[in-house]
Amino acid sequence: MLKTFKIGGVHPPENKLSKDKKIEVLPLPKTVFIPVAQHIGAPATPVVKRGDEVKVGQVIAQSSSFVSTNIHSSVSGKVKKVDFAADSSGYPKQGIFIDVEGDEWVEQIDRSNDLVKEISIDGPEIIKKIQEAGIVGLGGATFPTHVKLVPPKGMKAEVLLINGVECEPYLTSDHRLMLEKTEEILVGIQLLMKAMNVDKAVIGIENNKPDAIKLLIQKCKSYNGIRVQALKVQYPQGGEKQLINAVTGKEVPSGGLPIAVGAVVSNVGTAFAVYEAIQKNKPLIERVVTITGKGVEKPSNFMVRIGTATSELVEAAGGVPENTGKIISGGPMMGRAIRTLDVPVTKGTSGILLMKNEEANRGECISCIRCSRCTAVCPMGLEPYLLMTLGEKQIFDRAENERIMDCIECGSCSYTCPSNRPLLDYIRFGKGKVGAIMRSRKK
Amino acid sequence: MSNLLTVSPSPHVHSSDSTQKIMYRVVYAMIPAMAWGIFMFGFDAIRVGLIAIISCLAFEYLIQKYLMKVKPTVTDGSALITGILLAFNVPSNIPWWIIVIGAMAAMGIGKLSFGGLGANIFNPALVGRVFLLISFPVQMTSWPVNRLAEVDTVTSATPLGLIKEGISNGIPVSQIQGLPQISDMFLGIGGGSLGEISALLLILGGLYMIWKKVITWQIPVSILLTVLVVSGAFWMVNPEIYVNPVIHLFTGGLMLGAIFMATDMVTSPMSPKGQIIYGIGIGLITISIRMFGAYPEGISFAILIMNAATPLLNMYIKPKRFGGK
Repeated sequence: MLKTFKIGGVHPPENKLSKDKKIEVLPLPKTVFIPVAQHIGAPATPVVKRGDEVKVGQVIAQSSSFVSTNIHSSVSGKVKKVDFAADSSGYPKQGIFIDVEGDEWVEQIDRSNDLVKEISIDGPEIIKKIQEAGIVGLGGATFPTHVKLVPPKGMKAEVLLINGVECEPYLTSDHRLMLEKTEEILVGIQLLMKAMNVDKAVIGIENNKPDAIKLLIQKCKSYNGIRVQALKVQYPQGGEKQLINAVTGKEVPSGGLPIAVGAVVSNVGTAFAVYEAIQKNKPLIERVVTITGKGVEKPSNFMVRIGTATSELVEAAGGVPENTGKIISGGPMMGRAIRTLDVPVTKGTSGILLMKNEEANRGECISCIRCSRCTAVCPMGLEPYLLMTLGEKQIFDRAENERIMDCIECGSCSYTCPSNRPLLDYIRFGKGKVGAIMRSRKK
Repeated sequence: MSNLLTVSPSPHVHSSDSTQKIMYRVVYAMIPAMAWGIFMFGFDAIRVGLIAIISCLAFEYLIQKYLMKVKPTVTDGSALITGILLAFNVPSNIPWWIIVIGAMAAMGIGKLSFGGLGANIFNPALVGRVFLLISFPVQMTSWPVNRLAEVDTVTSATPLGLIKEGISNGIPVSQIQGLPQISDMFLGIGGGSLGEISALLLILGGLYMIWKKVITWQIPVSILLTVLVVSGAFWMVNPEIYVNPVIHLFTGGLMLGAIFMATDMVTSPMSPKGQIIYGIGIGLITISIRMFGAYPEGISFAILIMNAATPLLNMYIKPKRFGGK
């Protein structure tokens, strides 16, 4: 029996165009722009200046507080400048520009492809190394991983859930990683289990990736405590709360963290990064990025150095097609439309999706006919039509009572609305305002 | 290149379902019952149907364009549904001008006075029907016999009318003359409004709509079950003054109301739980009017009354939230 989460969900066309494309290493770019804020939390502080020579893997911006993380140089060469430029949010962010010269790595990094299974260090050391290596959640949320591994006082983690769901249409980077770096991911999971001091880990994978499920079931036999859970294809199963619900049946309480039900969730990409950081001494300087779209000549999966301009990936996949109307960083459900291809690949970039002109615009918005589909698909059991109205009319106290802050912004409501109403737009607006009101109340 | 790109918040894909498609699915679901009505009542049925549809579309267009001064939405399919439902709810021999008045009440009072599609509280077709029922009681309740009837009369009473009259004159149910067979009522070989006679074809349309996810099972099932259980209980106590519950199920406008009118998305509750309460309410009011009220049939009033309760049901019955509390 395939499991899935209990409330709501939609099933958009999967369009996994690049699922059979092996991960290729993208050629080194000429320059990179590495923002110092690629994670949730405080931006890192640059520790290099113009003219400095840097090597691959060298720290170029230092973590400034606990909820923050280091930034490493992904290339070798000379620092051109430390300046502001737009990242995928469209806003200027501080970052480090490096002109690439050669490909010289920091000595301690093991660049071989040999699998290192033996775990030689203990839990606290693993957490420390994860922190140093700049690892964040690679599923897209980019929350610093070391923070998750230290449970708040009085709470205890019981199970590690590994997110191999990849429920976003089009994206295939996690899928390819599971197929090509299977054992590395499993070792990474064991490292995370040791760091958290748990003896159980479950890898959740949606049933549209039968090859990955089969391979991982077969390989995980030789790793204690790890099992694979096949899941029914249902968006947004990759959401932390939905994955926990699908695998364990438990519900994270409103406003609570996964640890409240004894779970910690990490992405398969994160597990791979942990493996590399600890077994290979390699900090997070590259990641797999899917480049895809119906008009794209060669949909591909690339191993890309952080800071590489998006345009380089698109060129490598055959260039921007003639009738491109929208470019999205991430998947079509939760990704962000970008204005230009000059933005860099960061730790949270899972894919670049090029949409055709005819796919780029929304349909005409007409009256709500109270068909209740938005409430039926909402995975948090909310009433999007009501939250939209409350946001639109700025009735924030009621919006708070109707639990607007529980919204995970998965977009299932807007996706499904037959009247093309901008449900999530107004809910986001309401969330922003209600969040500000709640924070000011605490002060 | 950059100034040609669209930038908008997520999600960037859409299910491609539309309100218009939903409306037309309802229209498709009504086709079997419509065809049967045309077969049974002949040219008159086509006449009534066309007048009802054209006048509903025309009133929507004219009122939106010239009174409300908004972009007319006649193509969204909702006015078409109202037109067909209005035709379903009148006898086929009704004068044309009565239909036009009904369409005006349905579109003008029932729908557009509230602001149009999505804003109305009451089912527009029912507003039209009840307006006509109260204004023109004679024309609205003299039913033509259908082509399969083997009698010479021009008009006949409906089974519910016969029962009401019989019981109020003190005649035991078993001796009421002229009641059709239950199987005939189910198939639709009997008198009545244009679209209400065949329970079978209405159920077929309902199943199609459930399959296409236009409606959910909660509303029709809870209405029909309530009627069945309540009338069944009375019938078991005294079958001489209360009718067999199966007759209740298959006569009058119950099927049409339960499947096509109570399920109108705009005027029915949104949560499954709310829909069940709404359905039970409609069932109880319908059977009370049928058994104890002045009118032989009560489904129209029942739906309108529960329409009024819908905003309350939406406000107080919340879906099950993720993460409890």
